[in-house]
Amino acid sequence: MTTEISQETILSRTSWLKRLTNGLRILYASPATAVGTTIFILFVLMALFGPMLAPYGFNEQIYTDARQPPSPTHWFGTDNLGRDVFSRVVLGARDILRLSGLGTILAVISGTTFGLVSGYWGGLFDEILMRIFDSLLAMPALLLALLLLGTLGPSENSVLVVILIVYTPIVARVVRSVVLSVKTRAFVEAARLQGESLGRILFREILPSVLPALTVEAALRFSYAIFLVASLGFLGVGVQPPNPNWGLMVSEARQNVSQLPWALYFPAGAIAVVVIGVNLMADGLKRILQAGD
Amino acid sequence: MSEAKTATAQNELIPGTTKDVLVRVQNLKKYFPIRRGVLRRQVGAVQAVDGVSFEIRRGETLGLVGESGCGKSTTGRTILQLEKPTGGQVFFGDQELTNMSSSELRKARRHMQMIFQDPYASLNPRMTVGNIISEPLEIHNIGNAASRKERVQELLRLVGLNPYFINRYPHEFSGGQRQRIGIARALATNPSFIVADEPISALDVSIQAQVVNLLEDLKQELGLTYLFIAHDLSMVRYISDRVAVMYLGRIVEMGHRDEVYDHPLHPYTQALLSAIPIPDPDKEARRKRIILEGDVPSPANPPAACRFHTRCSYATDICREVDPEFRNFGTDSREHWVACHHAEKFND
Repeated sequence: MTTEISQETILSRTSWLKRLTNGLRILYASPATAVGTTIFILFVLMALFGPMLAPYGFNEQIYTDARQPPSPTHWFGTDNLGRDVFSRVVLGARDILRLSGLGTILAVISGTTFGLVSGYWGGLFDEILMRIFDSLLAMPALLLALLLLGTLGPSENSVLVVILIVYTPIVARVVRSVVLSVKTRAFVEAARLQGESLGRILFREILPSVLPALTVEAALRFSYAIFLVASLGFLGVGVQPPNPNWGLMVSEARQNVSQLPWALYFPAGAIAVVVIGVNLMADGLKRILQAGD
Repeated sequence: MSEAKTATAQNELIPGTTKDVLVRVQNLKKYFPIRRGVLRRQVGAVQAVDGVSFEIRRGETLGLVGESGCGKSTTGRTILQLEKPTGGQVFFGDQELTNMSSSELRKARRHMQMIFQDPYASLNPRMTVGNIISEPLEIHNIGNAASRKERVQELLRLVGLNPYFINRYPHEFSGGQRQRIGIARALATNPSFIVADEPISALDVSIQAQVVNLLEDLKQELGLTYLFIAHDLSMVRYISDRVAVMYLGRIVEMGHRDEVYDHPLHPYTQALLSAIPIPDPDKEARRKRIILEGDVPSPANPPAACRFHTRCSYATDICREVDPEFRNFGTDSREHWVACHHAEKFND
């Protein structure tokens, strides 16, 4: 049996770096996904290295240059307080990606746990939990968010809690549906027969089968979370001024839109571009990960 | 060969298994509730296994045959406590499995394992072969990482696979190879009892023989005891020492394989055996088939008294009114039990 293959090639495992480059190569095979992934990577780099890229501080007022249209010195122009819009957009990336990313991670962790346990146990626990989640899902996300923020008060932590509560039910349902189809397969039974504990069955046997669907859902939730954080900023209930939140910037620039349209267009454009980018990437992930099954 | 010795040594360590009988099943019942309506009230039950009793002796293979849906798989699963029995008892050695706490049961599980029907569903597609086989070792805290890896490679060699396959995934293997991986996993903790639940019915015919021979060799080498569940009658005759025939949740005939196959005393067994094709065209042309009338009755509402009376051409009033007793028509060494009022008629 395949004696010509050397022992090393069979025993060696693909390193994570090789897997990462492999994954990227597959993502870049389709143009739409390539665009989305590039946009996402650029925004992440912007978030990481923003302070080095931005020519001015996010709150730095250049009184002599207030209300300037885009020019070589101020690429995106300046707002009515004389702040450089380009710097604010670049510096705002970190804030919005951090909040939505962290919120999504929290929602994915709690949603996965609830989905796994609920799907595997079934019965009354599942029934009650799913009805609670249904009632949360029945409310529009933004309305629920406003309601929660009204109770919690506006702060970064409240925004995280909002993302957690709004997206946990959605993630949990996706996970649960996969668990329902996997748990009846014989390998789960084999695991029970070997005497595996509940946690081991859930996280070691079942979770790996959930991962493709979960990754896609997490990417999608992330794009919606960006939108939600921006919306909350725009409504003035999330992060407070003078924070360079893109939604907040759009809201501030609204009053002067006829004279200073660039102060509105660039942050609004940033929101649109990153949301579309992440969405395209999620679409590509979906095609790649779910076709494999 | 050294494996054989350790396996027998292991078996002797299980407390109380000095007697000949390894597994004793007494009046085992498994009903699945049928629930209807908003309140999910129970309106009935599917009587998948309804009062099954038998013993499996150490070192023997008991074949369990019957058509689809007769409860043979459920019997195997209920013995291993994968399903909680509705009634009855299962003894393993002198331990009663049916009243064990879940932690006791978890410990006992290393002595009894199962080989599954579908080699595609029974291996986790996202785990490597090495992880799949070493899983039971990790759970029962056997050895350390290095010795486990060694054991996995030893098991792969034992079932006839390349021991360097440990980092491969199940999808890289054929059906027969996957079934070998399933067998290696079942053997990992050195169990003494194995339920083989239709282990070959999902495989190609040419591979079936290989896997059956492997099971046979392993039994010799490791001193295993099998409950072999199948619907392929000739394969069961080949591998089994004794055979039990099930119909609608009950055992209708059980005994030494040659007794059951050569002198079937139950009309159902006779019909079942008449369906085996003979690999000789002349004889095959003259083979008389007993065609049963009608369908198998629903196990949710089985016929009273003898369950076979609705389809039996010999049925009389007594069959519709009195449940037939299990009677032994064989000798002590070649026993032959049958549950039929008219068995004398066929016992010439």
